[in-house]
Amino acid sequence: MLRLQINKTRPVSGHRVQGLILAVALLALAGCKSGPGSNDAGPAADIDLSPATGGAILEGSIGDASNLIPMLAGDSSSHSVASLVFDPLLTYDRNQDQLEPRLASSWEVSEDGLEILFHLREDVRWQDGEPFTARDIEYGFKTITDPTTLTAYAEDYRQVSVFEVIDDFTFKVTYDKPFAPALASWNNLVVLPRHLLEGRDINSATDFARHPVGLGRYTLESWTAGTDISLQANPDYYRGRAYVERVVYRIIPDQQTQFLELKTGGLDMMGLTPLQYSRQTSSDAFKNNFARYKYLANSYTYLGYNLRNDLFKDQRVRRALSHAINKQEIVDAVLLGLGAPARVPYKPGTFWHNDSIEDLAFDPARSRQLLAEAGWSDSDDNGVLDREGKEFEFKILTNQGNDLRLKTATIIQRRFKEIGVKAEVRVIEWSAFINDFVDKRAFDAVVLGWSLGLDPDQYDIWHSSKTSEKEFNFVSFADQEVDDLLDSARRSFDRHERKKAYDRFQEILVEQQPYTFLYVAESLPAVHRRFYGIEPAPAGIAYNFERWYVPTALQKHSLSPGG
Amino acid sequence: MIAYLSRRLLGLVPLLLGITLISFMVIHVAPGSPMDLLTDMNPDASPELRDRLAEHWGLDEPLPVQYAMWLKRVVVGDFGNSLSRDPRPVIDKVAEALPVTLVLNLMSLCLVMAAAIPIGVYSATHPYSRSDRAATVFVFLGFAMPTFWLALLCMMLFGVELAWLPVSGLQSLDYNLLGPWGKVLDRARHLVLPVSIAAITSLAGMSRYMRSSMLEVFRQDYVTTARAKGLSERVVVYRHALRNAMLPVITLLGLSVPGLIGGSVIFETIFAIPGMGRLFYSSVMGRDYTVVMGVLVIGAVLTLLGNLLADVSYAIADPRLRRR
Repeated sequence: MLRLQINKTRPVSGHRVQGLILAVALLALAGCKSGPGSNDAGPAADIDLSPATGGAILEGSIGDASNLIPMLAGDSSSHSVASLVFDPLLTYDRNQDQLEPRLASSWEVSEDGLEILFHLREDVRWQDGEPFTARDIEYGFKTITDPTTLTAYAEDYRQVSVFEVIDDFTFKVTYDKPFAPALASWNNLVVLPRHLLEGRDINSATDFARHPVGLGRYTLESWTAGTDISLQANPDYYRGRAYVERVVYRIIPDQQTQFLELKTGGLDMMGLTPLQYSRQTSSDAFKNNFARYKYLANSYTYLGYNLRNDLFKDQRVRRALSHAINKQEIVDAVLLGLGAPARVPYKPGTFWHNDSIEDLAFDPARSRQLLAEAGWSDSDDNGVLDREGKEFEFKILTNQGNDLRLKTATIIQRRFKEIGVKAEVRVIEWSAFINDFVDKRAFDAVVLGWSLGLDPDQYDIWHSSKTSEKEFNFVSFADQEVDDLLDSARRSFDRHERKKAYDRFQEILVEQQPYTFLYVAESLPAVHRRFYGIEPAPAGIAYNFERWYVPTALQKHSLSPGG
Repeated sequence: MIAYLSRRLLGLVPLLLGITLISFMVIHVAPGSPMDLLTDMNPDASPELRDRLAEHWGLDEPLPVQYAMWLKRVVVGDFGNSLSRDPRPVIDKVAEALPVTLVLNLMSLCLVMAAAIPIGVYSATHPYSRSDRAATVFVFLGFAMPTFWLALLCMMLFGVELAWLPVSGLQSLDYNLLGPWGKVLDRARHLVLPVSIAAITSLAGMSRYMRSSMLEVFRQDYVTTARAKGLSERVVVYRHALRNAMLPVITLLGLSVPGLIGGSVIFETIFAIPGMGRLFYSSVMGRDYTVVMGVLVIGAVLTLLGNLLADVSYAIADPRLRRR
């Protein structure tokens, strides 16, 4: 849950994409399209199915965690384990829409939006018995904003001009300018036990990073590097002890192997690939043992054009290219239908998504017409359009290790050929891709993905001030109206006012097509049927993980402590 | 002999320096940096974080300075800390992965020898027969088959369908609850598939080597003499021919010693084994310079020592080498 709260937008790089799929599956990010029905295919009805504590869940994880101090972690495995050990001050609800209390029992935003007053719960204790107070948050805040702390998440906290502890359970933060994404930034990144860490260099506190003391639903029990991470329910959890006694993350980097482990009972839960979901899990034997879920992930894939390139400066050309792409075809071929075409950089079905926008339809005739208007014609009859003696040809780059993107690029290449545009697909290793092409703006077009945070702010990607090297508006999109909209929307705490601004922002994006937004994939977790209490919601399935349970009669993994 | 040895040892120093220098330069010149995983395409990370990380890790110094600093630490045995989000000492990380890989490779090497020698001998004693051809086809099939594919098939058959063996990993989750024999058995069951699949893929080389070496020996005069003396074929093959035919195979074995610490990424990924292959691969992908260099240096030292050992044993066997 943490990952996407703290990240307004996140990359989906090659080797991270699988981890992301899993994180998305486990951490439950998105709108539920369809559940597995109910658990009615479960065991005979004469056993007691009421909630019970006990049992264990074995989850598959693509990668090992690296660091369980949330502000230092960078990978989804670390964040998903850390989100069990630490709790946020507040979090998005099951609809991923409104914020609801966790460690903070309530909060007040001042009229002018400059001050936020947080009231903390008074009944929370660290897993070593010490009480949790506002001093801990103060420590966390000071640490994350300390320039020597090597964290990637400091920006939101740097906006705070004054941090003030009122009493043990109340603190106030003051901003220079109203900053709407600020509220959601008060997540578990700043929740650290002061009594254990103060005075130490957090960057080198590897003992704590590998054996953290938190206050969340689970306590870390053991961590065997590269093999498994085992957690035990925290009996003193302030929101009530989690039912499932033990969570074991088994690190199995290969999804095929994970799938075989799932079938043999070596795993209870994993994120399926589209192929596994649609072709390998439809047998009755599988369905009797596992419930499959699917919901749209909080990320999207796009084709981005380098707007500094003369080829793409003309809006008509970009619209022509978008008209030439059949998004549904890509979803069907690449995701085996397990996804949805994307129109805008928000997830369909969410509050922020502008539903009233008509997408550019797949219409090659319109493409040719638009290109002709822009001066492109096939004067030498070789099948490729040209203008002033130059042919319309360019390279589509994507990163190595992401098969979905390569397939997507290939399909696009063929569609472009049909309208007389010659595109060449090149795959480049991630580091070289970013450093030599994206950062240097030495690309024509790229197929890449962004993952979306729950706050709608997308300032870093679309504001014209964010176009220098290493910044994220690398297509160099610049539009005065968009700049104003993004700026005003992050200064307002009024949902409806923000929504209006972001709606207009989306209209402009669709009109100008700096990206062709391609698709949103679906997360496809499978969970063993002995787990009850799973309630699919727009946030996915894992948001209420502490309420999952295994009826006593069905509990099977009885690993004793240290197991 | 001591003079020879010390001369050889001294000769290793510049060689090792050269290896580290080239490796260091190549990995640092490659596009990307250890900062990338955290900051690339991450709007949360401010551009100045890159600079702070670079400074923290000493990457803002010119390359020769960095190399000198690195060398200074390595000379006293300090490989530094990993430049990843898990900043533990490089030595700790290698110490976690190395035993796993070493044990796996040793066992599969033993298995290869145990299978390759009989196959080679049999093929050589029945050259161009149907069974020789069958053996050849078999070993080359193993050689040509993609490891991951064979591994997945075996995992499906023995792990899922027959449920005889665990699918992946090195131990069961309840390993710590098992008795001593239970632990041994559990480990053994987990090792069957990875060890035998690793062995099958390298069976071809060794068995073909054994076969040709054996055929070579059969052409020697002393074998003819032995046969002429009226010794039984058994004695000729196993007592006289085999011993001599084994010599080149043992040399080959010596040369494979450094390979024992190198793991295969694909193989370790499929079987979910946390070995050297995955460690090295992820460090290279993350441009975790210190870990990459640590693994390379350890590999280089072992390779050089392996070669030295082979040379020394030759020297012991052949006095002419010592005098030179």
